[in-house]
Amino acid sequence: MEYLFKTAYNDDIRFLAKTGEKVRVAIVLVLLLAAPLVLQDYYLAELGLLFVYAIAGIGLMILTGHTGQVSFGHAAFLGIGAYTHSVLLSYGVPFTASIIITLLFSGLIGMALGRSASKMHGFYLAIATLAFGILIETVFGEWASLTGGHMGFAVPSLQVFGIPLTKVWQQYLVDLLLALLVVWGAANLFRSPTGRSFLAVRDSELSARCLGVNVEWVKIQAFGVSAAITGLAGALLAHHLTYLAPDVFGVLESLKLMLMIVVGGLGTILGAIFGAIIISVLPVALSFFKDMLPSSIGQTAGIEPLLFGLIIVFVIVFEPGGLYGRWMKIRFFFETFPYYRKSSFVRQKSYLKTERMR
Amino acid sequence: MNTPQRLSVRNLSIEFGGVHAVEDVSFDVEPGETFAIIGPNGAGKSTIFNLISRLYEPTAGSIHYGQQNLLGLPAHEIVQVGIGRTFQNIELFEQATVLQNLLVGRHAHMQKNPFSNFLFLPSVRKSEIEHRRRVEDIIDLLEIAQYRDERISDLPYGARKNVELARALCAEPTMLLLDEPASGLNNEETDDISFWLEDIKHDIGVTLVMVEHDMNLVGLVADRVMAINNGQLLAIGTPDEVRDNPEVQRAYLGVAE
Repeated sequence: MEYLFKTAYNDDIRFLAKTGEKVRVAIVLVLLLAAPLVLQDYYLAELGLLFVYAIAGIGLMILTGHTGQVSFGHAAFLGIGAYTHSVLLSYGVPFTASIIITLLFSGLIGMALGRSASKMHGFYLAIATLAFGILIETVFGEWASLTGGHMGFAVPSLQVFGIPLTKVWQQYLVDLLLALLVVWGAANLFRSPTGRSFLAVRDSELSARCLGVNVEWVKIQAFGVSAAITGLAGALLAHHLTYLAPDVFGVLESLKLMLMIVVGGLGTILGAIFGAIIISVLPVALSFFKDMLPSSIGQTAGIEPLLFGLIIVFVIVFEPGGLYGRWMKIRFFFETFPYYRKSSFVRQKSYLKTERMR
Repeated sequence: MNTPQRLSVRNLSIEFGGVHAVEDVSFDVEPGETFAIIGPNGAGKSTIFNLISRLYEPTAGSIHYGQQNLLGLPAHEIVQVGIGRTFQNIELFEQATVLQNLLVGRHAHMQKNPFSNFLFLPSVRKSEIEHRRRVEDIIDLLEIAQYRDERISDLPYGARKNVELARALCAEPTMLLLDEPASGLNNEETDDISFWLEDIKHDIGVTLVMVEHDMNLVGLVADRVMAINNGQLLAIGTPDEVRDNPEVQRAYLGVAE
């Protein structure tokens, strides 16, 4: 068991305090950088896609997990990012500029949505964001002159600083780099005032307000940051899809993002990454096992959504903390071995709140 | 504004759908004093606090802190004027650590630029450390160092009360509104609170306004007491004067027929 001896305020700010954490992160980084040398193109592309979903997951996590604002239309921002980026590229805008414009544009749309949603709670917010998602999907379909409508839109090939990156491993590295940047930035956010005000709004709008947090503005910011990051994921996703169609960014995709962060564990960046792993590994594992099952079951359509549904039910019933919660328990078990008890993670009941004001 | 000001409340009224929760109440709180508001349940004590915090919009009346007209400010700017508060039912950020809670307490004094925060520029780190140091002073004062990295949801009730008081102090208020600081605490913890309130008053020099049912605590710390019932002012004076006031006794004990 390792005990942290803090001697400076910087020790509270540092990301990786324990030796175990440092070693784990280093190992993962080395493995990810070495992956192109080992993995076949198919698996490498899947891994790249995993990073893209991790970015999108972090985007939604900041809004729903950290700020407590539910969004059932987040695939719209994935779509806005994908279309903006692709259209800009097709007009000859360089990759870097296009990514930055995409970030700003999705962020602005997110802020506009946040502005109108900042006084809504619970069901109303869920319905409003769902409606927003459907609305944007319709726009993609109908604005055929710009998006190609339901005929689809061919995404220009990946090219950074004029260098064509058509190999799978090159695209993989671009995804990895941006995913690392987003993870680092999001983690930064939550060790600084902006992120803390997000958490404050999630846990108690009332006292946040009395401590000087402008709750409406924080929600607008959270929507903006979340939409910008999800838009970035959309831009990267476009290069994986190579062909955009409106229905890719529909309600089902929004639900998939939501499933990701719930299964991964709400309120943690690592949870979004765990969720992305589940989302990416499951279809691959499924297609692997499909062949082993009798064809009457294995070939039935809709087995994937069914499994997703089952997983979300099981997670909510048995591990509300998601995969992250389970991971914390396993970690705690080894770190405190042999002292771990079943009750180590039992939370106290929260005290009754009466007279709560909205 | 770093020195306590006079809080003047004039003819304050608020109605909730025909119910006069507070009706034509006027009082002054002098800088540096400890002022207690007492009254039976539903008398309108917390409502007065919520009016001062600008969580409710009054139907009539005015509230001034020094020269500042509070009714011209939104709720989140009240703390910048120097008025902090705690809540009757503890409103901490449950899923965050004690330290994070206290740092949110300093929110009003912080630079909050999402871009520099996202990149965690050196200036952000520097200001974080500076605020962390201020927070540590409060942690020392209220002796909550052992809870520093605990999540609020893991803390016992009494500790939460202390953390909430600490969080309000982190905003460096010149006036502190305490909504039932001793509710739900045992005798020993209540003694601690009265001790700390004296400490806070003398060390930091804040004006204290509190809503409290525990008359022993009120008698110990309060300089002046205001009694209200059904939203109306009954009496203002020293704790003994108010206790002996026949109106107050009638409100608490009922009238002998």
